[in-house]
Amino acid sequence: MTTVQSSREFHLDRSTHDDLIEHARSDVPYEVCGLLAGIDGRLTAHYRIPNAARSMTFYNMDPTAMLAAMNEMDDNDWDLLGIYHSHTHTEAYPSSTDIELAFYADAVYLIVSLQDPEDPHIRAFDIVDGEVCERTLVIDGERCAADPAAPAAGNM
Amino acid sequence: MAIEVRVPTVLRKHTDGERRVSGDGDHLRELINDLGNRHDGLRTALVADDGSLHRFINVYINDEDVRFMKGIDTPLSDGDVVSILPAVAGG
Repeated sequence: MTTVQSSREFHLDRSTHDDLIEHARSDVPYEVCGLLAGIDGRLTAHYRIPNAARSMTFYNMDPTAMLAAMNEMDDNDWDLLGIYHSHTHTEAYPSSTDIELAFYADAVYLIVSLQDPEDPHIRAFDIVDGEVCERTLVIDGERCAADPAAPAAGNM
Repeated sequence: MAIEVRVPTVLRKHTDGERRVSGDGDHLRELINDLGNRHDGLRTALVADDGSLHRFINVYINDEDVRFMKGIDTPLSDGDVVSILPAVAGG
């Protein structure tokens, strides 16, 4: 099924969703990160990129691995649809560092939270000029409810 | 000496939307200065006040991160391809 990203939603297939969770779990307690590529709003690839900082509270995509992924996207004429990273102990909401360092205004920022290890979840946000705006995550066509315990997202 | 520079989407506002520009310089610093003369704002986006590359900008020469070479003082050869990517980072 062709899914097109609307400005209020971010579409993920179940397999990619599960892979993001698995990736987040794979390096606990350190944050992980990666890229989502697509064309016409449809996901075509996702890349696990090493966190060069290997920190529990900070991530910095390994520059060489990141370039390789971006070059492959360029070669295939794919767009950078999303950037994901994990919060191993905090909620799936952009931190002040996330907001400060969101240089890719056209990409959707996804955060995987393992705050409750038994109930990991992902939320998606536009971060533009310091403003955070949440998108509804849609997995295999089903809209996901936002985490009720999280603070209200700005500019909804 | 012609050096091809691949410009990321987020910096194309400084290059009239061009994804590839070319410039001249024996070293990365000279190349950036040369580009800055023709593309307003590009130098400021890449170079910090102390004259080194911004911490959250990645620059590559033929796909090699210049941090593993001489940073902004890395020499260039004719035909080199320079790529620029803002860091992807957060907390």
